[in-house]
Amino acid sequence: MSNRVAVVGVGQTKYAAKRQDVSIAGLLREAATRALDDAGMTWADIDAVVIGKAPDMFEGVMMPELYLADALGAVGKPMLRVHTAGSVGGSTGVMATHLVSSGAHKRVLVVCFEKQSESNATWALSIRLPFTGGSVTGAGGFFAPVIRAYMRRANAPDDIGIKVAVKDRLNALNNPYAHLKLPDISEEMVRESPMLWDPIRYLETCPSSDGACAIVLADEDSAKGTPNPPAWIHGTAVRSEPTMGAGRDVVNPHAGRDCAKDVYAQAGITDPRRDIDCAEIYVPFSWYEPMWMENLGFAAEGEGWKMVDDGSTSFTGDMPINPSGGVLSSNPIGASGMCRFAEAALQVRGMAGDHQVDGARTALGHAYGGGAQFFAMWIVGSEPR
Amino acid sequence: MRNFKRPVAIVASASFETPSEPSRNEVELLLPVIHDALGQVGLTQQDIGFTVSGSSDYLQGFPFAFVGALDAVGAWPPIRESHLEMDGAFALAEAVAVLQHGHVDTALVYAFARPSRGDLDRTLSIQLDPYSVAPLWPDARGLAGLQAQAMRDSGRFDSVPEVPPTHVADGCTAVVLAVGDRARELTKTPVWITGIDHRIEAPALGVRDLATSVSTRLAAESAGATDVDAAYLHVLYPHQELLLRDALGLNGQPVHSSAGPMMVGGLERIAAAAKAVAAGDARRAVAHATSGPCLQQNLVAVLDATAVLEGAAA
Repeated sequence: MSNRVAVVGVGQTKYAAKRQDVSIAGLLREAATRALDDAGMTWADIDAVVIGKAPDMFEGVMMPELYLADALGAVGKPMLRVHTAGSVGGSTGVMATHLVSSGAHKRVLVVCFEKQSESNATWALSIRLPFTGGSVTGAGGFFAPVIRAYMRRANAPDDIGIKVAVKDRLNALNNPYAHLKLPDISEEMVRESPMLWDPIRYLETCPSSDGACAIVLADEDSAKGTPNPPAWIHGTAVRSEPTMGAGRDVVNPHAGRDCAKDVYAQAGITDPRRDIDCAEIYVPFSWYEPMWMENLGFAAEGEGWKMVDDGSTSFTGDMPINPSGGVLSSNPIGASGMCRFAEAALQVRGMAGDHQVDGARTALGHAYGGGAQFFAMWIVGSEPR
Repeated sequence: MRNFKRPVAIVASASFETPSEPSRNEVELLLPVIHDALGQVGLTQQDIGFTVSGSSDYLQGFPFAFVGALDAVGAWPPIRESHLEMDGAFALAEAVAVLQHGHVDTALVYAFARPSRGDLDRTLSIQLDPYSVAPLWPDARGLAGLQAQAMRDSGRFDSVPEVPPTHVADGCTAVVLAVGDRARELTKTPVWITGIDHRIEAPALGVRDLATSVSTRLAAESAGATDVDAAYLHVLYPHQELLLRDALGLNGQPVHSSAGPMMVGGLERIAAAAKAVAAGDARRAVAHATSGPCLQQNLVAVLDATAVLEGAAA
């Protein structure tokens, strides 16, 4: 029913706590020009531009597509801005895919970003509303009890989160764009780091990063003759559920399971652990890796932590998770989901450099946001489907 | 974009606008409006294939405005859903693209805002270049005044109206879309979206000719906005109607202009145009939405009582 779509260009900035050497527009152009170079295209080849980022208050610019229109070469073209909380990097990729698969456009530039150093994200997230209690605990405070519930439910050993934290930071050493580079990382170092929101330690959380990630999407004709191999999009899916509700399972969200089922069906995946070669999933707190292993169907319920414990999710394991170092190593919030989608594409293009998973032909990109209630996923492959 | 593989129709809509809503929050505003629209065609949220909204955190005054609004929809069991930090008209354009896929036949589009609680003129200043313009706090009405003066200076207009205070209103709009035969099942009067597109211009006012709306003209050409017998225009200040009439090539057709609540007004114009076509007051109408200072970004939709042939070439 719909046209084939490929990722033909990927561009990322170096992620860092403060990118004060560039403006917001400069940051986005750094990623966008790299993606265009990868695609062998110029601004003039692009039909439409889509940007995504988390709340406007993170930079203090309202509806930044207006300010960014000429910096991103969009003058005279369609330009859209997506905002779906932490999942936005993923859902922006999904929406942009629709623009090509529907036949509306042939070549779409997608740029997601956050420049947290422009403002104060904690301030933006701490506005007290009338008639509501403010917990002022940040995202970690929200998710810590959920992680605690998972640990009890799955009877998971205490050190699983520590192992994920070490694994992702070791992976980040092979990614030139990663923000955190901790060559001395060890289980001991993570264990000794301050406990922020029990059971989440300082080194089990993501950093706050400035950065942008861009991709160029193309229809089948436009993907022919691009200089580098394309990543073909085999399926996309989004799902949302409310923040609160009696039927919700925040540990293993219904929306995440539905989203995975949908994207697997489109991509012809029946056994994700067998059929998918590697995955980039949204893990801002280390324990979310085993939790998402279950939610995504890589492990049975209660068994996800065992994949961490036996090394299956390590770079050399049978199911490498976050070979780029993941959100635990770089977190430009509004771009973090796009980084997952883009890194999945780099893997199946064979362009992931030192963190290339050998023989990766099918990969999953995953993002979540809000109170673990918004999900966006795509499956990319080295061959068209 | 026009000549869709799968023709999309507006099958229902509802809107609410008030100068200032003192007590009800965004969810309370939306709930009756969404259920009014769905009820017109006998649908519930469970029947909707894709849901998408438009809103602005800065008008709500705190981040993630759209998250709470989901409670007005009832996203359980989980739904396919997205959100644009834009006027709901742009969300409708996204829904039309999603409906080109085989797996969904219906969509719900909504937009909401309560700007009355802030100083809208000043809030809109932070849409401007954050380094060189926004720190000067030029207000929205002031920028509109520059545009009106540029029109007077151009000598192309007989008279250009004064710029009144910026329209401030609270409210919301919900629109239900359906594809092909599904639309015909749901209503006797589906209103077909035969074309929809949008274009943006540069943010720096100094590099634009403020006395013309290039982006509206380009969007109208792409959407096929010719041979219309009515126009529903998203006009924030009266002088902008003159620019839009020019850009759309209107020539004596009835023009229905409204500002509406910020983030809602464009979607509301599309809904109003659809109601007129469904009622037989117009056969083929153009609807317009705008975003940003001085008509920086414009969307044009063409609504027709008759569908373009299904399977027409893209």
